Amino acid sequence: MTTVLDELRQSLHGCMQESEQVIFLGEDVLDPYGGAFKAARGLSTAYPARVITTPVSEAGIVGIGVGMALRGLRPVVEIMFGDFLTLAADQLINHAAKLRWMSNDQVQVPLVVRTPMGGRRGYGPTHSQTLEKHFLGVPGLRVVAVCDLDDPGGLLRSAIMEDDDPVLFVEHKLLYPAAVQSLHDLGEFDGHRSGTRYPVYSIRVVGAPNPVLTLAAYGHMTDLARKALLRLAYEHEIFGELVIFTQLSPVDPAPLLESVSRTRRLLTVEEASVAAGWGAELVAIAAERFGPDLRAGRVGARQMPVPAAGPLEEAVLPGVEDILRAALNLGVATSSR
Amino acid sequence: MPTSAADFELYRQMQRIRRFEETVLEAFPRGEFYGTTHTYVGQEANAVGVLSGIADGDVVVSNHRCHGHFLAYGGSMDALAAELMGRQTGVCGGRSGSQHIQWKDFYANGILGGTLPLAVGMALSEKRAGLGRVVIAFLGDGTLGEGITYESLNMAALWGLPVAFILEDNRYAQTTPLRLNLAGEMAGRFTAFGIPLVEADTTDVLEIQAIGEKAISHVRSGAGPFATILHTYRFAPHSKGDDTRDPAEVAHYRERDPLPLQGRRLDEATRRDVEKIVETEVEEAFRRAAGAPPADPSRLTEPLSGYA
Repeated sequence: MTTVLDELRQSLHGCMQESEQVIFLGEDVLDPYGGAFKAARGLSTAYPARVITTPVSEAGIVGIGVGMALRGLRPVVEIMFGDFLTLAADQLINHAAKLRWMSNDQVQVPLVVRTPMGGRRGYGPTHSQTLEKHFLGVPGLRVVAVCDLDDPGGLLRSAIMEDDDPVLFVEHKLLYPAAVQSLHDLGEFDGHRSGTRYPVYSIRVVGAPNPVLTLAAYGHMTDLARKALLRLAYEHEIFGELVIFTQLSPVDPAPLLESVSRTRRLLTVEEASVAAGWGAELVAIAAERFGPDLRAGRVGARQMPVPAAGPLEEAVLPGVEDILRAALNLGVATSSR
Repeated sequence: MPTSAADFELYRQMQRIRRFEETVLEAFPRGEFYGTTHTYVGQEANAVGVLSGIADGDVVVSNHRCHGHFLAYGGSMDALAAELMGRQTGVCGGRSGSQHIQWKDFYANGILGGTLPLAVGMALSEKRAGLGRVVIAFLGDGTLGEGITYESLNMAALWGLPVAFILEDNRYAQTTPLRLNLAGEMAGRFTAFGIPLVEADTTDVLEIQAIGEKAISHVRSGAGPFATILHTYRFAPHSKGDDTRDPAEVAHYRERDPLPLQGRRLDEATRRDVEKIVETEVEEAFRRAAGAPPADPSRLTEPLSGYA
C-alpha cells in the first residue's frame, strides 16, 4: 500500500533530484525528525544544501520563499500547521499573489507553500482548522488541495515544477496515512479524470443509472462523500455523481456546470464551516447559470471553532450522516431506471 | 577649484530627485496623478549616496517612499512620471502607481516591513548563486514597529546573508513622532542579532556615500548582513496634505538641506548648469508622460491565466 504521505514525500525527493532550483524550507524539517508530519523525512540527508530548517517565523519564511522565487529558484515552504497561515497572510496576499501582475508581468513567483489542514486529530481550536477558504478568490494565488485519488505526488510535482505562479498546497492531515486510490481500481466506483494540470475527477457508483445529484468535494471530504454516495445508492436508490476538485481557486466552472446541467441538484461538501466558503462559491456559480432550476445545499462544519474533545469535535465537523441528510433534503426522487 | 565629476554627478542625482518630487507635489492638486504619493524631499542624499556604490545586478528593495530610490538606482524619470499619471508607458503600465515600482532588480512595495523577508530571500538566492551580488534593503523608522522586521533581521544574520539594511530615520511615522512610537535604541535592534552597523546623523552625501561603500563592501565580502542607520528628515508631508509638524521644526531641519550642502562643492556656473539641465529633464519627463496614451483597460489580464 502506498499512502498519500509516501507519494508526497517521494514527489519532494523527485523534484529536488530533477532540479537544482528546488529549495525546501520549513520548521523542524531536518532529519531525523523530517517535519511535524514527516513529509520531509530523508530530504535533508539526500539534499543537505537545499533543505533549510528555519526559525519559527511563518511570515518570514514565506516571504523568503517569495524572494527566492523572484530570483529564479523554485522554493517549497512547509508551514507546520495550516492554522499558522494567518501569520503569513500578508506575504501570500500582498506579495506572492500580486508581484507578477503588479509589475506588469516583469517578474514571476514560482512558490509553493505546503501545509496540513483539518481536524479529527483532537488538536483543538488552533491546530485543527480548515482555513483555506480565507485564501480563495485572491487574484494571483492558486489554491490546490490534494486528495487520496490517483496521483497525489504528481499533483505536488505540477505545483513545484510546472507552475510559475504561487500555489498554496493544502494537505488534510487524515490523508497522510490514507492509501492512494487508483482511478482504475476504485472498486465500487468508476472514475474519470480531466486533462487539466490540476485535475477534476468525477466518480459514480459502478453500473448506476444517470445521476440525479451532483456532489462536489475536495481533500479528505472526498472520502466521506464517496461513502455517502454509496449509501445514497444502496439505501435510498439515489444515484449521484461526485465531482472532486484539486484546484479550489480560481474555480474552474466548466466541470461543475457540466455535471449540474444534467442533475440540476448540487450539494457541496467541505470541512470548514459553510459561511462564505468554497461551497458558497460553487453554489453561486451554479445558481448564476441555472437560476430557479437549481436545487442546492452545502455541508460543512458548524459555525464554531473546532473543539479538542473527540465527541465535541465529531459533533462540529461534518460527517457522512450530515451529507446523507442534506442530500435527502434536496428533494431528490429515486433515480429513474 | 574646478568641480569634480563625482561632485557634479552626486549633485545632479540629488537635484533630479528634488525637482521630480517638488513637481509631483505641485502638480498633485491639479489632479494629474492617481492615488497618493510619498515624496523624498530632504532625504535625497541617502539614496544617492548609498546607491552610488551598487554594481550591476545588485538588488534594491524599497518601500512606499520609493521615487528617490528608484531614480538613484537608475530608473527612468519618464517612466516614473508616466506611472504616477497612469500611462501605458509607466514603469508598470499604470498597474503599480507610486509605491509598487518594479524594474530590473528594483522592487518596491507599500507594505511596511513586508518587503524585508523578500530582501532576505533574494540575498539567500544571491549567496547560493555566488556571483557576488548583494541586496540593499531600505526601511524607515516606522517599519521598526512591524514584527516581520525582526524575523527578517534574525534570518539574515543567522544565515550570514549579503544584505545591507539601510534604515532612514526621518523621525516620524506618518504624523506620529518617534517618541510616541519607539522604545529603546534603534541600534540595539540590529546589534541584538549580531548585525554590525554604522549610525550617522548627517545630510552630507559624501559622508553617506562613504558609509554606503562600507556597508556594501562588508556584505559583498561575504561577512553577512550590515546595517546603516541614517538619521534624516523629510521636508514635505508624509504624503500630500498631512503635515502636522511644527513649521519651526521643519525650518530648523531645512538648515541642513543636503542640496545646498553638496551644491557648494560645485562652482557657481556649474551648479547653475546642473540645475538647468535637471529642470529641462523634469519638465520633459512630465510633458512626455502627459502626452503618453493612458493605461488601457482592454489590456488588463487576469492573473493565473486559464485553469490549466
